[in-house]
Amino acid sequence: MTLRPLSLAVALALPLFVAPAAQAAKTLVYCSEGSPEGFNAQFYTAGTTFDAASQPIYNRLVEFERGATTIIPGLAESWDISTDGLTYTFHLRKGVKFHTTAEFKPTRDFNADDVLFSFLRQLDPNHPFHKVSGGSYEYFEGMGMPEVIDKVEKLDDYTVRFTLKRAEAPFLADIAMDFASIMSAEYADKMMKAGTPEVIDFKPVGTGPFQLVNYQKDAVIRYKANPDYWRGRAKIDNLVFAITPDASVRYAKLDAGECQVMAYPNPADLDKMAKDPKINLLHQPGLNIGYLSFNVEKKPFDDVRVRQALNLAVNKAAIIEAIYQGAGTVAKNPIPPTIWSYNDAVKDYPYDPEQAKKLLAEAGYPNGFDTDLWAMPVQRPYNPNARRMAEMIQADWAKVGVKAKIVSYEWGEYLKRLKAGDHQTALMGWTGDNGDPDNFLATLLSCDAAKNGSNYSKWCYAPYEELITKARSVSDLAERTRLYEQAQVVFKEQAPWITIAHSVVYQPVRKEVEDFRIHPFGLNLFYGVDLKK
Amino acid sequence: MLLFLLRRLGVLLPTFIGVTAIAFALVHLIPGDPLEMLAGERGMDPLRHARLMHEMGFDLPLWQQYIDYIDKVLHGDLGLSINTHQPVLGEFMTLFPATIELSLCAMGFAVLVGLPAGMLAAVRRGTLLDHSVMGLSLTGYSMPIFWWALLLILLFSVQLGWTPVSGRISVMFWVEPVTGFMLIDTLLAGDWDAFWSALHHLVLPAIVLGTIPLAVIARMTRSSMMEVIREDYIRVARAKGLSPQRVIFVHALRNALIPVVTVIGLQTGTLLAGAILTETIFAWPGVGKWLIDSISRRDYPAVQGGILLVAAIVMLVNLLVDVLYGLINPRIRHAR
Repeated sequence: MTLRPLSLAVALALPLFVAPAAQAAKTLVYCSEGSPEGFNAQFYTAGTTFDAASQPIYNRLVEFERGATTIIPGLAESWDISTDGLTYTFHLRKGVKFHTTAEFKPTRDFNADDVLFSFLRQLDPNHPFHKVSGGSYEYFEGMGMPEVIDKVEKLDDYTVRFTLKRAEAPFLADIAMDFASIMSAEYADKMMKAGTPEVIDFKPVGTGPFQLVNYQKDAVIRYKANPDYWRGRAKIDNLVFAITPDASVRYAKLDAGECQVMAYPNPADLDKMAKDPKINLLHQPGLNIGYLSFNVEKKPFDDVRVRQALNLAVNKAAIIEAIYQGAGTVAKNPIPPTIWSYNDAVKDYPYDPEQAKKLLAEAGYPNGFDTDLWAMPVQRPYNPNARRMAEMIQADWAKVGVKAKIVSYEWGEYLKRLKAGDHQTALMGWTGDNGDPDNFLATLLSCDAAKNGSNYSKWCYAPYEELITKARSVSDLAERTRLYEQAQVVFKEQAPWITIAHSVVYQPVRKEVEDFRIHPFGLNLFYGVDLKK
Repeated sequence: MLLFLLRRLGVLLPTFIGVTAIAFALVHLIPGDPLEMLAGERGMDPLRHARLMHEMGFDLPLWQQYIDYIDKVLHGDLGLSINTHQPVLGEFMTLFPATIELSLCAMGFAVLVGLPAGMLAAVRRGTLLDHSVMGLSLTGYSMPIFWWALLLILLFSVQLGWTPVSGRISVMFWVEPVTGFMLIDTLLAGDWDAFWSALHHLVLPAIVLGTIPLAVIARMTRSSMMEVIREDYIRVARAKGLSPQRVIFVHALRNALIPVVTVIGLQTGTLLAGAILTETIFAWPGVGKWLIDSISRRDYPAVQGGILLVAAIVMLVNLLVDVLYGLINPRIRHAR
């Protein structure tokens, strides 16, 4: 009986000791594949940099929903688009706090000045920050923003108006991208006055869910949850990127519990991962396309019948099996099925060598012809082994009398020569930037892009061009969908490419990780992710 | 000795100029340029490409770029990395201690194990011990680093859980870099747990990187030792009744060491190069991986600066080896 008060006391005291352990800080370690190039996404185009810089640290006016391409409000609570599609007015969110760091303690909340600063730095060559840190705004320029945005004005502290030079329906999707992250104008002013303006580019201050604690180059990046995050504090307390360049080693670390999420698994390890009871192997179709481009400016590929014939001659199912080892789907359209306006009614060219021979004979090549076939020297998500793929296509074409010589160059040289149109046929691919069909159908196939962009087929076809130009200028989604669906029909009939595959993206995470979602653009986002203990 | 040093330094200067010129030419000869690598599949508008190349000074004739570059180097300016916009020297200096720490430990491991193994094999020539040492060292020398590293990781880190898989220190520790040498910094911070973690992390990479030099040193020590112990003066020493230990350690070793020291010097240069693979596998934040990344991005200033600094260090090590010869065997010094 005398023991009872004691055991009661023990029972009461026990939670006091257990509680702190149960509430121990939750730290999620992500085995990333490389170092970020820097911490200001305006300068870079690599997903690795966006994972580490813009996504955890910053926000944008509008953002992509986690794990989807849908656009949702970000730092702008709402927006109005004028009927002519030329003016976008954004109503900004109030009470959003910037991070407090060793260099900077914000004295005001986020407002219109920050939006102006973030855009004008990139847009205006005379902006005091334009030249800071090298001043090369790759994505902003690459997406054609200087040709689209006319001016950005502050109407009041919480209203900003963008005036465009031409109606541009994908504009919202464009400014949901990483380069449009909103930086603090107050911090920039302070650093400019201190004579060290470049500090804002490597000691970032944002409004995002995580705040940078420290970074050791090529080794580790540490973040802590932003306690004042406007969407609510992250469920994990600390986020650590353990930079691990080798895929096998990343897997070993995941296996040993040294990290909970890993980037880019080796295709050869997927089977083992799927069977591993400690691991959840998530997967999703990638927002990409692997294709073969015909240079339509060169004979005999100026003849649509030749292009169609070579489409018919390729056994795509065999390629998917051999090259993608099942981690891919046959592509029939230039956009992947996850993008709105994907036209499922389009019929792909079947594998039919006999029909191909007939078409070639009609085109005046009964005995086939000689051509080159370029294979990329690099491994890409949309094409894990271009060399092998080229060999398979070479063998298929040989069956209809077309003798292809496989050519390859070092990657930089490959891109340069492809752009110059030195090839006859070449393997290539694309990963989407923002989930808008325009980002595939215009970026890769418009007349503008044929002149000096990524239209490596040099295919400029008036009926198609008309459809995609119109689709870019109307803001009604149903109308845009209709136009893009038609454009895909025209594309298939004219066959400037052989659409080969959309790959499947895999992401292994440990079982204790909750609610991690694969992002369609291949980014790794940790806000909303939890760790179960 | 001073004259000897001066002469050696005099040879270094042309070597140094040669290295910078070759590095510069090679880097610019690789097809592609930094802007194309940055733009990737998207490609870049030719006008914008030309404007940016002009702004970075890459449109000038190569010889002019080289002269500008050397001028800047002589003023201590290695330029800014195109990729990170940070000073190349600063980036190098943050990463280099990691490479040195790893290389020194690997070399320490190789010498501590290789030297006695080679001596034992020489003294016990023809025995099972000799054959095992030689067999193992041949295996070590032929071992592909990638495979060897993964094998060790799978065994010691994944199966047995004795060592961490990769990295320099557990991600749970943060030690403010003072010297950049993790072992020293953790001690300076007075954090024993962190020191222990850093030491743990060093074991596997040091063994992997040290394997090839170990094999070379063991073989070299053995053959050099065998030659020396056949010499007349050793026979005389033995005949005088000196203890076998004294004969081996005092009389034979000193002379046998000369070729071994050469090999150690040469291997130190190789270590810096071999560290690239080891650094990649063990996610070791050193200069090797940084250089490779810079090459693939055509980050000209980073590649040039990196090669220049690594070359300078290898040359210094070789100079040191030359000086060591002089100390071990004064005849080398006097002969010149």
